[in-house]
Amino acid sequence: MKVKVLSRNPDDYVRETKHDIQRVPRNYDPALHPFEVPREYVRALNATKLERVLAKPFVASLDGHRDGVNCMAKHATSLSTLISGACDGEIKVWNLTKHNCVRTIQAHEGFVRGMVVRFCGTSFFSIGDDKTIKQWSMEAPGYGMLEEPINTVLGKTVFTGLDHHQKEGTFATCGQHVDIWDEQRSTPIRSFSWGVESFSSVRFNPVETEVLASCASDRSIVLYDMRESTPLKKVIMTMRSNTVSWNPMEAYYFTCANEDYNLYTYDMRYLEKPVTVHMDHVSAVLDVDYSPTGREFVSASFDKSIRIFAKDTRHSREVYHTKRMQHVVCVKWSADNKYVMSGSDEMNIRLWKANAAEKLGVLSHREKLAANYNQKLKEKFQHHPKVKRIARHRHLPKNIYTDAKEHTVMREARRRKERNVRKHSKPGAVPEKSEREKHVVAVVK
Amino acid sequence: MASAEEAPERTHVEGKKKAPPKRYWEIEENKDEHTGGGDGEEKQTPHPNSASTRKRRRRRNNNNNDNKLQKVDGTQAVSGVEKQAVSGKRDPFPGSAPVPEENRLKFRRKMKTDALPRLTKLRSIVAGSRAVDDVTEIESARYDRLLLQEDAGFLEGDEDEDTCTVSQEDIAEAVDITAGAKYFNLNLSQFGPYRLDYSKTGRHLLVGGRRGHVACLDWQTKQLMCEINVMETVNDVKWLHSEAMYAVAQKKWLYIYDSSGIELHCIRKFNDVLRMQFLPYHFLLATASATGFLQYLDVSVGKEVAAICTKTGRLDVMCQNPQNAVVHLGHSSGTVTLWSPNQKEALVKMLCHQGGVRSVAVDKTGTYMVTSGMDKKLKVFDIRTFKPLQSYFLPAGAASLSLSQRGLLSVATGDIVQVYRDVWSTPVKKPYMAHKVRGPVWGLHFCPFEDVLGVGHGEGFTSMLVPGAGEPNFDGLDANPYRSAKQRQEWEVKALLEKVQPELITLDPGKLGQVDIATFEQRHQDRVNALGYDPMAKDKFKPRMRKKGRSSTGGVERRKNQVAHEDKRDVIVATMEQKAKTEKEREEKNINMEASAAQRSALDRFRKRKAK
Repeated sequence: MKVKVLSRNPDDYVRETKHDIQRVPRNYDPALHPFEVPREYVRALNATKLERVLAKPFVASLDGHRDGVNCMAKHATSLSTLISGACDGEIKVWNLTKHNCVRTIQAHEGFVRGMVVRFCGTSFFSIGDDKTIKQWSMEAPGYGMLEEPINTVLGKTVFTGLDHHQKEGTFATCGQHVDIWDEQRSTPIRSFSWGVESFSSVRFNPVETEVLASCASDRSIVLYDMRESTPLKKVIMTMRSNTVSWNPMEAYYFTCANEDYNLYTYDMRYLEKPVTVHMDHVSAVLDVDYSPTGREFVSASFDKSIRIFAKDTRHSREVYHTKRMQHVVCVKWSADNKYVMSGSDEMNIRLWKANAAEKLGVLSHREKLAANYNQKLKEKFQHHPKVKRIARHRHLPKNIYTDAKEHTVMREARRRKERNVRKHSKPGAVPEKSEREKHVVAVVK
Repeated sequence: MASAEEAPERTHVEGKKKAPPKRYWEIEENKDEHTGGGDGEEKQTPHPNSASTRKRRRRRNNNNNDNKLQKVDGTQAVSGVEKQAVSGKRDPFPGSAPVPEENRLKFRRKMKTDALPRLTKLRSIVAGSRAVDDVTEIESARYDRLLLQEDAGFLEGDEDEDTCTVSQEDIAEAVDITAGAKYFNLNLSQFGPYRLDYSKTGRHLLVGGRRGHVACLDWQTKQLMCEINVMETVNDVKWLHSEAMYAVAQKKWLYIYDSSGIELHCIRKFNDVLRMQFLPYHFLLATASATGFLQYLDVSVGKEVAAICTKTGRLDVMCQNPQNAVVHLGHSSGTVTLWSPNQKEALVKMLCHQGGVRSVAVDKTGTYMVTSGMDKKLKVFDIRTFKPLQSYFLPAGAASLSLSQRGLLSVATGDIVQVYRDVWSTPVKKPYMAHKVRGPVWGLHFCPFEDVLGVGHGEGFTSMLVPGAGEPNFDGLDANPYRSAKQRQEWEVKALLEKVQPELITLDPGKLGQVDIATFEQRHQDRVNALGYDPMAKDKFKPRMRKKGRSSTGGVERRKNQVAHEDKRDVIVATMEQKAKTEKEREEKNINMEASAAQRSALDRFRKRKAK
């Protein structure tokens, strides 16, 4: 007779001293782990609930401006520095880690209209209602010294927007024309105009560095090549666009913030219809900025909220608002992809987390593993109705909530009317237009 | 092997010159020579292992040629490019070792067999996730054997010796002293017969005598935790999720005691309970009562989840399917019914026996169900398809059944306990083991993670050694027999956090992770049923009231008719279009048929003539 009976040596399963860690032998046999899917589902549900519980996006408010914040600029090389310009011509340099203002400059008379940091990070430019372009050093002046610009250029007309080239010493302004300036000269080296209009924003393409996009007041978005003497092409929309932002990773896409409450992502090669229409705001969208990964962007709106959209989805994944935040004029996504900065009318700059439920600070290895696992679970079960309902739920201020409701009713009524018109007209006389086609009037080359 | 032939010449020339020792950066130059020389050497003095290595290599090559395996195993894909070591040697077996199919089978998820959905986007997503599953399957199978510490027990007889003739004393003597100590008897003749239950980790034993004696003990150290007499009939005893609490079904009510014997609850909603089952992942205690009620108690919140009137009389045969938490009840009519707390009707009713059902057991994988009946038969069913697999005749009939983790079946007939092996695959002739206890058997349970069968009988309790019964390797995070108090607390919190809701108990728990391909119509129909009306239905046309006498009855009727006609016209147009389309298709088919008919074969003369 040959016999063996299970007989375990407890020494193999119990720790020797209490200073050791506990021994945990594993057996991954699926038969020993029943209810694999239901248990994962429960975990996913818990993770989703926890995410909503831990969603505390607001980090800090930077106050100190004495008028509404009109523009902001990210530092090119330092993550902790932010520059903001107010409606009274004051520029403040902030230290984001300490949440304090490190430097104040009375730069312009009237609004500071635009600011940009030079690609090397040693100086920055500002434009104002006083028709000047000023270049400032990033270094604060020594004790007792006056704040003096390095360089001042007096223009002929008021400037409304400013952007700097990625690699060279040239920058672009817009006002009544789009001008290209050399840093060394006091007159523009090139000037673009296409009909009589005024421009509100100009941006250099981050990859194809000679290409620019600008928003004009005749409801058009115009594309330029700096090396040519004439603009490339423009798309005319039903309403005016306020700002435009290029996708830093797929730089043939740009997104414009429109007055008709929507944002439009275009492919610069095919302007006939936008790639995506992003709709959720209930008032004019004033500013937009892409995340450095190019997967998401943040938009600021006149409806006192900021929203975060994925680059290819129609609806926002996140909305941020507070009771005290008024019309949000400018917004920036930080270069480490972790924070969003918003400047609003009531003189404050707010610092938000880009991912509302993310834990800040150093994570231990196990925390990281748990976060990754939960993220994967949430992804896996995102379409289950219970999970979806919890993940999608956001509290909205009453005015946004009612307005959004009203807008859906209006949209539905318009759709119904169109359907009825189509029904009572000759077949083919009223073609069906998708949402993407509705907002483009014409493309001019 | 051109290089091998060249090698002697080159060495001969080089021997004179005395070449400098080779440097590691001179790989490119001397590579061929080096490997060639190595091969030649191997040929001259055959290494004892060379045959086996060659065989391995051949097998390896076969695997590489096997296209299917290469595609599935992601690590194999790069095998075309051989890695080169610094010394210039080539790795003869690049990539990771292939995993045999039979090892992988254990980790295969059931969902994989389902068809891919038809929608292209969804299809690619599902296909992608299955590819990931494949990789996990391979990787878990690869390290499975290495990680497991213990081997299962076994009992083999000598030539012409039946294992069933081996007595317990012999086994206990043959094995080591700790294992031998697991064979013991408790003489409790006063309050028997006894029912018993092992805790989920297998460390703790709970026995309940019919005449009120309840005791729980750490049976391996033989340490008594508590011993009480409830002074009432005890029908069944059951551990709850941990060894801190247990439930006792007494004459009238259901009671919960803690491990020191203090009565925690008396649950008056649960009366006349005869049998109980605990569903560990749902924290549900399912009870079957003499009044025909199947009730579920959520022990984490103390609420009754469901009370189902089965309308089948006294319920004293019960077991659970550990894979899907469905409760199986056996009835005196010979049927076995399957229940979930979400449905007032049985999920399945199976007619299993001609007499009443005496006992039911379901195996760990949730594949097989074993039943015994008053017709003295023992039947095995596949409960995925609900089909009978085997039927045995036991002259004495089986009063109670129990299945072990590794699939051994114990059968109690009178005072004899028999253990069978592999009852579902091949017809079994002889029992694997047999043992006679001193009184009629009342309760029978295999101990999890041990080679032990607990038998409760009229004269007390017997712990029997059954080699090969228990799963040798436990999972430390699921059920750890050696866990400390701290680990138990940790586990309890984790388990409570991922408590599965009773609504998720279904016949196939994996359904939750699959794509819901229910058609739109079906979903719509469900919605109509749920709401009681059709939310998408067109509003009935209501003619507008017109003033100045233009809304005469005739006029209204005419307008109504106009709208109705318009609707009808739409429907007619659609059906006509459909008809035209099918007609056209049919014609095309006919043309094809005629074209093929033009080539007549010899057998066509037997074909029926077409009427012209």
